[in-house]
Amino acid sequence: MTPAVIDDTTLYAVLAPFAAAVVAPFLTRLLKHNAAWPLALVPALIFLHFVGFIEPVSRGETFVAAKAWAPSYGINFSVYVDGLSTLFGLLISGIGTFIILYAGGYLKGHPQQGRFFSFLFMFMGAMLGLVLGNNLISLFIFWELTSITSFLLIGFDHLRAASRRAAIQALVVTGGGGLALLAGFILIISATGEIEMSVLLGSPDIIKDSGLYLPIFLLVLGGAFTKSAQFPFHFWLPNAMEAPTPVSAYLHSATMVKAGVYMLMRMHPLLGDTVLWTTVLPLFGGVTLLVGTILAVRQTDLKLMLAYTTVASLGLLVMLTGTSHEKALEGAVLYLLAHSLFKGALFMVAGTIDHEAGTRDVTKLGGLRKAMPVTFVAACLAALSMAGLPPFIGFIAKEVLYYGTWGWLELGLPITITAVVGNSLMLVIAAAVAIKPFFGPKVETPKHAHEGPVLLFAGPVVLALTGLFLAFIAHTTGILFVGPTLSSLLGTFTEVDLHLWPTKINAPLILSVITIGLGIFLFTQLDRLREIIASILKSIGWGPDQGFDQFVSGIVRFATWLTRLVQTGKMQTYMLLTFFFTALAVLLPGYLTNSFPAMPKLPEHRFYEWGILLIAVLGLFAILVARTRLTAIVSLGVQGFAVALIFMMFGAPDLSFTQFMVETLSVVILALVMTRLNLSPRDHRTVPARLLAGVVAVAVGLGLGLTLLSITQQPFDSTLSVFFTEFSRSIAHGRNIVNVILVDFRGFDTLGEIAVVVLAGLCVLALIRVRTKPDTVLDPPPERTGQSQNAEAR
Amino acid sequence: MITTPIAAGDWLIVAPSLITMLGGALCLMLRKHTDLQPKLGITLLGALVLASFALLVRVLDHGVITMVMGNWLPPFGIAVTADTLGATLTFIGSVVAFCAGVFGMKTVSNSGRRYGFYPFLLLLMTGVCGSFLTADIFNLYVWFEVLLISSYGLLILGNDRIQLDGAVKYGVLNLVGTNLFLIATGLLYGIFGTLNMADIAIKVAELENPASGTLATVAALYFLAFAMKAAAFPVNFWLPASYHTPNIVVSAVFAGLLTKVGVYALIRIFVLILPASLGYMADIFGLVAIVTLMTGALGALAQTEIRRLLGYLVIAGIGSMLAGVAVASNSEVATLAISGAIFYAVHSIIVMTALYMSAGIMNMMGGSYNLRKLGGLYQKSIAFAGVFLILAFAVSGLPPFSGFWPKIMLVDAAFKDDRFWLGAAILVSGFLTTLAMGRIWIFAFWRGGPEGTPDGQSVEVSGSSQSDLASGAIWLPLGILTALVVYFGIQPEWMIELSTQGASSVVDPFGYIRSVFGEQG
Repeated sequence: MTPAVIDDTTLYAVLAPFAAAVVAPFLTRLLKHNAAWPLALVPALIFLHFVGFIEPVSRGETFVAAKAWAPSYGINFSVYVDGLSTLFGLLISGIGTFIILYAGGYLKGHPQQGRFFSFLFMFMGAMLGLVLGNNLISLFIFWELTSITSFLLIGFDHLRAASRRAAIQALVVTGGGGLALLAGFILIISATGEIEMSVLLGSPDIIKDSGLYLPIFLLVLGGAFTKSAQFPFHFWLPNAMEAPTPVSAYLHSATMVKAGVYMLMRMHPLLGDTVLWTTVLPLFGGVTLLVGTILAVRQTDLKLMLAYTTVASLGLLVMLTGTSHEKALEGAVLYLLAHSLFKGALFMVAGTIDHEAGTRDVTKLGGLRKAMPVTFVAACLAALSMAGLPPFIGFIAKEVLYYGTWGWLELGLPITITAVVGNSLMLVIAAAVAIKPFFGPKVETPKHAHEGPVLLFAGPVVLALTGLFLAFIAHTTGILFVGPTLSSLLGTFTEVDLHLWPTKINAPLILSVITIGLGIFLFTQLDRLREIIASILKSIGWGPDQGFDQFVSGIVRFATWLTRLVQTGKMQTYMLLTFFFTALAVLLPGYLTNSFPAMPKLPEHRFYEWGILLIAVLGLFAILVARTRLTAIVSLGVQGFAVALIFMMFGAPDLSFTQFMVETLSVVILALVMTRLNLSPRDHRTVPARLLAGVVAVAVGLGLGLTLLSITQQPFDSTLSVFFTEFSRSIAHGRNIVNVILVDFRGFDTLGEIAVVVLAGLCVLALIRVRTKPDTVLDPPPERTGQSQNAEAR
Repeated sequence: MITTPIAAGDWLIVAPSLITMLGGALCLMLRKHTDLQPKLGITLLGALVLASFALLVRVLDHGVITMVMGNWLPPFGIAVTADTLGATLTFIGSVVAFCAGVFGMKTVSNSGRRYGFYPFLLLLMTGVCGSFLTADIFNLYVWFEVLLISSYGLLILGNDRIQLDGAVKYGVLNLVGTNLFLIATGLLYGIFGTLNMADIAIKVAELENPASGTLATVAALYFLAFAMKAAAFPVNFWLPASYHTPNIVVSAVFAGLLTKVGVYALIRIFVLILPASLGYMADIFGLVAIVTLMTGALGALAQTEIRRLLGYLVIAGIGSMLAGVAVASNSEVATLAISGAIFYAVHSIIVMTALYMSAGIMNMMGGSYNLRKLGGLYQKSIAFAGVFLILAFAVSGLPPFSGFWPKIMLVDAAFKDDRFWLGAAILVSGFLTTLAMGRIWIFAFWRGGPEGTPDGQSVEVSGSSQSDLASGAIWLPLGILTALVVYFGIQPEWMIELSTQGASSVVDPFGYIRSVFGEQG
């Protein structure tokens, strides 16, 4: 079905948050934290805009809108609205509304609250642009913008080294993956000639048939896996918890980290359902699920527990997407919806507890249910959904996904077992998050805990209730949200029939019971479990997180080594290498084309002509063997004079005169300079070094000579000299052709050369007049260590 | 034969050379009036910006335009020809020079003014603009010389020991490069008997065996000479040896302009004149591009001195542009590749100049160029931090700033030419650049103070010249350049169009040749 073209409102919906980002700091200065209320209207209105799409999209319609951006290069700012992008659009704007409110309460009184709002809005716009992106390049731009804004938000608390490290780590991992994705996109564009996603989706086999499927698949995966924190790239996400909690709730659980999953789902019709897809994705997804849940159990920090289960959930989503099995994909869509709601709520709960009680370590919390009743209720509702218990959307998701994995023929059993283990551990964490802080005896906390303001509890309550509500209207949820999204994944219109309560006892229900039973058992053993995992991890003693540090310091060390190697700071080395490459340039082409000139027939020279030639050659030889620098300079002069004599004998007296002048002056000046420099008169290079330099020098000379020889053996096109000879008198009115060339035919060159002479004079003046300052830089200050060779020019 | 008088508008072709040369002479005569120098210099540079913009507009309206010196018609006299490539680079170069002139009001001392900062800067622009606009290969050499000697003058202003050390390495190595250029030009004249680029292009196209040994040697020499000028690996020693030594505004101009003239010459010579040579040298170009990209980015990672770090990023950028030239050997994607290289050159001119200026401001605010000693700049000025972050993302090629578009054009072209390693190298180099810039950001900006500041705390850092920070002369140029970076990032259409047009004028030289030789050519 070809997408219908709609007006530009949706484009403005994507750009609206950027406008809000500009306004936010000013509004915050004016209204303080209450600026959250008017600001939250922006995502709320965007949400309403997307609500308008729900109904037509559920009928299988799709929409596009576009504006030319860089038409010379085929780049549009364009959006594609279908089930998948509508679902994401609703989640981003809907959760975003409450995140803005929550941020208003959470960072109340923070001096940089306005900036924080600004970053959040920029992220929101980027995320909307990403999930709606139709043009691959503009989609990628928004993809990178989410990484950039995430970087700024993780490092928001920038004075702490941990925040800075986490920020740069996230940027490196997701940015690096972004480059892979970009390469993949450009390959797609090169291979198919199409740049709009909607067009690509119209012919699903276009990439599989292009012959570049494998590299495209790997590159897209590189982008998706890093963004969605799949093992072994999962480590950045828990570290990103350094960010203020609104960021963790929004970016690092509900939306941004799902961008990778989004990309896989979006690309599923194009890249999915191949052997590669159904092998690689379930494998990495499954490992990520297990690693995530196991690591979550070890944590005692509420945010970190949630973060690792986010990693696990992303693994689950990738695993399900990787099956390419319709029912499992349906489970993935449902779980995605459920997860965004309960995880967003739980993160905000964790933040509220931290904010009001002063700690988020579960071992230091307890009995808060009386002090924080509203938060408590929200936490329970969200945790029940996370645990996959009825009557919550999480339960339906789990049922459907078990149905899918159980029914998947290829690798159904291992996948199902992985899912059961993962889900039961997820239940453990859900229980720990909801029970530990709120039940039991009241524990003394750093701050006197009491209920947070409405700004803080509005979000968790609404999101948790939505999870409940969507489950009660399960059938409608299926028709309005799950079905259309599943249609996008499958590439064909598909309807979904959901029920809250299972109609019969079947495998999924039994699996659910097993999951719950296992979960409850493990929860009772939580402390022991934690110890076991901790000791296992201790015995491994290495993780990708350390690996990241080793990777970065490895690169830096390698870079330092390489730079020292090539940039030695020694002029001799630089010159030797330069002339070595010159020798290559003049000798290699002749050698490769086998076109060295034939030895010319020697003309009948007179004996004194031979003599002068001999002197020139002797002069050169003397330079090579000269012991002292002065001898070398004088020998060079001897060779120069010999050449000047040759010029004179062969009819170029003016050239000869110039050469005499230059040679005389350069020998005199060089000799004078030598007396002023504190150089030792002798050349201290070792014999091999001198030999090498000599060989390179001779090679350069030989190569240039040979080239000149072969050029002179070809006929010369003398149009120019004939013209100059003919017209320098008649038109240019000058007898001396050389002079006419200098001042008339090519007077423009001479103008430039005059400028050179003037400038050279000015340089000399500056060098002589301005006193050389004392060695403030070269003379090393005492703290100079191995690292600070900075003072010397290298 | 052109018998009609030159159209008044076409005089714009020599306007950049005239303004800077006469203006430079004027500045030189008044060099003792140190208070007058900036006013005069900046006015002249402003006039240069206007003239080069007018020239660009004229080229866009009328196509390639030519003016022949002394009316000695080509190939006998010297032709000066403005096509979109030359005019675009002239304009952008002029803007950067103007910004540097303004920035220099604060950073160049009275003695620096007296000993020729503004004359040198103006004549540097004579060389730069002359190179971009000449259609004569020997004349190009002359402008290279003007450029070299005036840059040398700028380099030694101040006369620190370290500057002289850098200047010797810069001077000698560049002189070798310039000499190779001269030798190659002599040999080329020996082969074709002409110096006019359009004329050579015609004669090369008529050659029976364009891969002959002698022409290949000449091509190899040109490649080596311009690669040295462009600071491509492995002949880039001079750049890291010298760019961190002079006055920061001089570093800024150098980083923006000098190496790009080398790249420009490579494009002009190899794409316009010697396309056949480029054909069989493409793999070498590609290899040099890859190692330049990698060593540049890795070199940046190894540095803790910001100016050195930026110097290596200049080199990495050269790798990207060389990649474009390598891919241009494939005629199907040549226009895309060269337009990517041109856009990249424009981006790099602006962003590198702005980054060096930022480094200068970091020193003014934080008292050092060393990442170990810097810190706390985020709190000192959020606006400056924002500007720096924009420039950092731009130089790393991240969207939505100016570095992103040329990067995708170049990677796209490389992939279409099946040079996957080349495309990958551009991306990886961008990645390493992100890491290098990220280090500056987290240390100099986010960390509360110099290395060793207690975690979670901030300390007051003292700058080297706080008073200068109040001056608009510091912020205006940086603001202009950053605005361009953002503009080319968010509205890339104009620059993509310019670079595509510039690329087609060298890839398909018909218009260029016709302009030089008049209608009958």
